[in-house]
Amino acid sequence: MTSPLIEARGLVRTYEVRQGMFGRMTPVRAVDGIDLKVMPGETLGVVGESGSGKSTLGRMLLGIDPPQDGQVIFDGKPMPKLGTREWRALRAKMQFVYQDPLAALDRRLTIAEQIGEPLAIHGLVPKQFQAARVAELMSAVGLRPDQAGRYPHELSGGQRQRAVIARALASRPKLLVCDEPVSALDVSIQAQVVNMLRDLQEENRIAMVFISHDLKVVRNVADRVAVMYLGRIVEEASSDVIFSTPLHPYTKALVSSVPVPGKLLKGRVILQGEPPNPARRPSGCAFHPRCPIAADICRTQVPQLLSVADGRTAACHMVAGVDQSVAA
Amino acid sequence: MVSNLVELRGLKVAFDGVQVLHGIDLEIGRGEAIGLVGESGCGKSVTWLAALGLLPGKATVTGSVRVDGQEILGQPRNVLEGVRGKRIAMIFQDPSSSLNPVLRVGRQITEALAIHRGLHGQAAKAEALRLLDMVGIPDARRRLELFPHEFSGGQCQRVMIAMALAGEPDLLVADEPTTALDATIQAQILDLLIGLRSETGMAMIFISHDLGAVSQVCERACVMYAGQVVEQGSIQALFDNPRHPYTRGLFDAIPRIDGPRQRLVPIPGTVPHPSDLPEGCAFSPRCSHVAIDCRTRRPELTAMDDGRRLSCHHPLGHHPEAHHPVDSTRPVEPRALEALS
Repeated sequence: MTSPLIEARGLVRTYEVRQGMFGRMTPVRAVDGIDLKVMPGETLGVVGESGSGKSTLGRMLLGIDPPQDGQVIFDGKPMPKLGTREWRALRAKMQFVYQDPLAALDRRLTIAEQIGEPLAIHGLVPKQFQAARVAELMSAVGLRPDQAGRYPHELSGGQRQRAVIARALASRPKLLVCDEPVSALDVSIQAQVVNMLRDLQEENRIAMVFISHDLKVVRNVADRVAVMYLGRIVEEASSDVIFSTPLHPYTKALVSSVPVPGKLLKGRVILQGEPPNPARRPSGCAFHPRCPIAADICRTQVPQLLSVADGRTAACHMVAGVDQSVAA
Repeated sequence: MVSNLVELRGLKVAFDGVQVLHGIDLEIGRGEAIGLVGESGCGKSVTWLAALGLLPGKATVTGSVRVDGQEILGQPRNVLEGVRGKRIAMIFQDPSSSLNPVLRVGRQITEALAIHRGLHGQAAKAEALRLLDMVGIPDARRRLELFPHEFSGGQCQRVMIAMALAGEPDLLVADEPTTALDATIQAQILDLLIGLRSETGMAMIFISHDLGAVSQVCERACVMYAGQVVEQGSIQALFDNPRHPYTRGLFDAIPRIDGPRQRLVPIPGTVPHPSDLPEGCAFSPRCSHVAIDCRTRRPELTAMDDGRRLSCHHPLGHHPEAHHPVDSTRPVEPRALEALS
């Protein structure tokens, strides 16, 4: 059996937030005890609303944000400390793709220079072959050779994101963490970039953590999906089943909130209220104030992420109840 | 016969001599909801900024914009101000940057009430409370005293909608009102807009690149490409039988939430720059059904038998079954509904 490429065990990340101008510092648990595994070549989708901690999780997986508790294991070894030589060497194997390509690119450097930078930094390719490797990367992501000398502002949003992806692939990473990589793009261009990302991933057997709030995109990209709510994973399953038969009430509401073309809003479950402020985390199950099926136990006891079926976990008192009654 | 509420005729816009809008014709009936769809840079927002005289001075706007039969294009500021915010209100994608960060929310709403309806003092405050209540802001009395940063994104959008409703407009132009919001909040705002429309009977223009959201809110849709309308018709007709290859492409590009997982279907290429439009049909370089005449002759927007308008030399077939079927018996949602009820 193959071992996971990256594994997170009990990750916790707390930020201190001041309440009001003279208020007291309050700890906010952005990521609150997360376990996950990604196998080589596999894609894990992470979905959730803003404030669910999904971006913090992505940064922690790469060691950019050190955990207060728990650990990240990459390729069987614990993640080295941020900024050390070992960590920098490892960064060649794991790359990050952000939502906003314009912010991720240096606007004073040409596209070719930026794509070539990781090659120079990690000393991966002898200088005389660098130009050839850059050209190869550009064609892999569908950029034309004449665009090599362009600056980021001269490219469209989709082309910029292609350049960012080319740069991320330059060091032949084993893991790609993509944080909302296509959210800023039009649907037509979104599909171009998603398809390209998938092809490159399959060709090079890259594992991917795909963070997004867009369920439709995640479903078509990811093999497995983890749903986050307020710093915790509330449900995890293969993407084939999680959207067709969601178990956790939050996943159900997320699926139901996706507008389907040609279908009217009537009869859909519209979740009331907003995601709570992580600084004021509700007691018990954090979702209970918005949950349509919350019972007394949900207000007091935190549900654990338990296995509910083969390869499926959920953290919900009500789901566990349903499961037992079916078994009985 | 009742005339249309708003009529755009041959609306054209040029920036520094570069034509970005090539003659838009659009009629909006009273109480009607129309979606404006297309990729970024197709002129969806510019159409309405131009119609309401909100473009910067370097823009050259020609054509005609009539509100209740009265021409407003090129009219002096005092005429426009009787229309903007009063007859036609507009809300934008990013609510927090549309609100004034240093003024209390209550003050911003009562300001709109003073300008558009001459309400002051207690009367204005009472009306502001009613509006906040109407858009679903709980504990409205206390919230009037708060600043915009104390509201979440979804609530800021609700406040914006309340301000837009302050002038009791006949038409609300909503420019990507849900794009910046989380999925569950998006659904709430769409639901709110639908509810408000049936309550107030106002007409609505819903600008969005999300065809899913448009079909929730609107009866008719107008598909724009490179500063032109390429197809226009009822939502049902467009979904069941998209005839312009661009409309079809937009539908096909939407990833599906049900059925087998599959490769996404992109539209190749990108929207051309307005200064560099291809000859003939502007969509021809990206079109999968392009023929020789598409590259030389520009198609005209023509009325079809079924009430739609179409601008294509070689429209896609008539038969609904030949297209991406719109299946009304989707398994996901009823099941989710059942389990939650």
